[in-house]
Amino acid sequence: MEGAYLDHAASTPARPEVVEAMLPWLADHPGNPSGSHAVARAARRAIDDARDLVAALVGAGPGDVVFTSGGTEADNLAVDGVVRATGGLPACSAVEHPAVLAPVADAGGIVVPTDAGGRIDLGALAEVLSAVDGIRLVSVMAANNETGVCNDLDAVAAVLAEGAHEAVLHTDAVQAVAWIDLTVACRAAGLVSLTGHKFGGPKGAGALVVRSGVPLAPVLRGGGQERERRSGTQNVPAIVGLGEAARLVVADRDATVTRVGALRDRLEAGLLAGVPDSRRTVPYGTQRTPAIAHVCFDGIESEALLFLLERDGVSASAGASCASGAQEPSHVLAAMGVDRASAVGSLRLSLGHGSCDGDVDHALAVIPAAVARLREHDRAVGSR
Amino acid sequence: MTGQPVYGPVMVAMSGGVDSSVAAALLLEAGHEVVGVTLRLWGGESDSGCCAVSDVDDARRVADALGIDHHVFNLGDHFDSLVVGPYVADHAAGRTPNPCIECNRHVKFGRLLDRARALGFGLLATGHHARVVVRPDGTRRIARAADAAKDQSYVLHMLDQDQLASLLLPIGDLTKDEVRQRAADLGLRTADKPDSQDVCFITREHGREDFLRRSLTLTPGRVVDGSGAEVGSVAAVELVTVGQRRGMALAGGAAPRFAVDVDVAGATVTVGSIDDLMVDATPLEAFSWADGPVVGRVLVQTSAHGSCDPAVLDDGVVLWAEPRPRVAPGQSVVFYDGDQVLGGSIARRA
Repeated sequence: MEGAYLDHAASTPARPEVVEAMLPWLADHPGNPSGSHAVARAARRAIDDARDLVAALVGAGPGDVVFTSGGTEADNLAVDGVVRATGGLPACSAVEHPAVLAPVADAGGIVVPTDAGGRIDLGALAEVLSAVDGIRLVSVMAANNETGVCNDLDAVAAVLAEGAHEAVLHTDAVQAVAWIDLTVACRAAGLVSLTGHKFGGPKGAGALVVRSGVPLAPVLRGGGQERERRSGTQNVPAIVGLGEAARLVVADRDATVTRVGALRDRLEAGLLAGVPDSRRTVPYGTQRTPAIAHVCFDGIESEALLFLLERDGVSASAGASCASGAQEPSHVLAAMGVDRASAVGSLRLSLGHGSCDGDVDHALAVIPAAVARLREHDRAVGSR
Repeated sequence: MTGQPVYGPVMVAMSGGVDSSVAAALLLEAGHEVVGVTLRLWGGESDSGCCAVSDVDDARRVADALGIDHHVFNLGDHFDSLVVGPYVADHAAGRTPNPCIECNRHVKFGRLLDRARALGFGLLATGHHARVVVRPDGTRRIARAADAAKDQSYVLHMLDQDQLASLLLPIGDLTKDEVRQRAADLGLRTADKPDSQDVCFITREHGREDFLRRSLTLTPGRVVDGSGAEVGSVAAVELVTVGQRRGMALAGGAAPRFAVDVDVAGATVTVGSIDDLMVDATPLEAFSWADGPVVGRVLVQTSAHGSCDPAVLDDGVVLWAEPRPRVAPGQSVVFYDGDQVLGGSIARRA
């Protein structure tokens, strides 16, 4: 059966140009970028070209870009790096990725609630900043990985400016890169995390942008690569791919947003019309990326729905997955105040650069029927 | 393979152990469409049993090797409310429950079977050592496994005709050694994996007492003899099991004394001699039947690998042919006809 891959928020296929750009750096050019000879200098030049492209993507200087193994490492480095450098406390919103929540919890940090849309509660943030001394890092994601909901980082920065002059704003922009102009959206953030495989790049390469003046101690120590901020031999082919993906996304993002946004809107409207007792999870009027349709279906379990969808060729997800691969209750929906019964029946369909009308048609042909089948089973058992 | 051959999509519950690995392989050989499922049941601390990530990985890798799809179902909420909660409540009431039986009753052959059916799977298979037999009248029963030492019919006693009609137990005709040999022949990575033994949510490191202490307020109690005289004490009445000898601060030297009654409300454990421990009858509650209620002569088993003794079942009581030690309230009492399970119940306090 023809499949519809609707899990781009989990990972995207690498774009052909990215694969093309990476290939020579796997076999043809063995150099270690830290070396001094010509072969090594070629590798160094390759990652520095990528560094320029990532810097342009975020609106930062090339010296601000620290390559990492991906989003989790970038988030960990942002939180732990500032905490270690300053001795201060971190704070973050309740809907952050576990890669932020876990180091914040380990550092004894503070979790700030969100509104019903999943955006950080600015009033609550202001209260935390005035009530707690020593907060030196505030982490607020640019776009949420489950819902696509966006925070207004300028507004967050304004609260920081009033409350705690020393606190650095970090943003996990992993889910925003493909859809939002980071040079504008993240201009107030001193630290920005991103990873390649969410926007047509490879897995295994990401970056933390560290603007000048931000205090940061390294987590990985050793050879002093990345200007002493992240030791370890750089993953040259993946970083080259990351740079190419950054170049492509800057070049065609506006057109992609328009095209994919229309697909998402048609998908979401079709689901809400085609499935009785369904609703959009994100309140209307909440700013979000054009990539994610997040819906709740009453009276079903998404785990069972995903099983049927997979057999019908639709790859999707719901909530978060734990290490075993099991679905876990979503902390994001809980923070938004979505009750557990609704959250159990939630579904995330996420589109990407390669998504097309056929994917939406396929999903709309399959999903309402699968939901109806599960409900019909429950009705039959219940009436037995 | 036991039961009448039915070929269709089968969901096989794969724990990551050797038995369910081979069960999946045998179903595939028999021509079924097979999908493997591993349950995630317990989110807390664990060092054994079904839920460790490494066991899920083993199940997934075995499924990969067999070329079948594998899914993880998180039934943790159901496990908490239907197994762990009642386990704690039973202890709080002075009973000694068997949570693995309640997991089979409510989770594996309750929620999982329901989900299998909802997803279009008319058949559910597990790696239990037991057999499903079809009788001349078409009804089905659980029967003992080919490997008597590994027989698990006791923990499957609650299954009714509806559930049995959907159940396949592919390894019931094999001994454990044969199962391991099949796994080795197939090159399955679980061939030499040790059997899981313990309750999955009780860790070997911290034990039952530690788990219950975090879940309920344990009651220190008096230990009295048959005349009511105080002869010892216990730190937690809830942790005493009828029949136990140790841990009650009894003076040494005299003839052995056993717990014969646990009264949580009165914070009292009564002890007695081996003669006091013996009974002619055991009162029961919460019956389940394979195919309708049974009275009269039966064989009765009161623990997973205990003896199976002749008795008469009559009006909610087992009347033993020979006196035998008391059955701890909360334990499952399972009735057999020969090697076939007729049904079961739970021992209650006299």
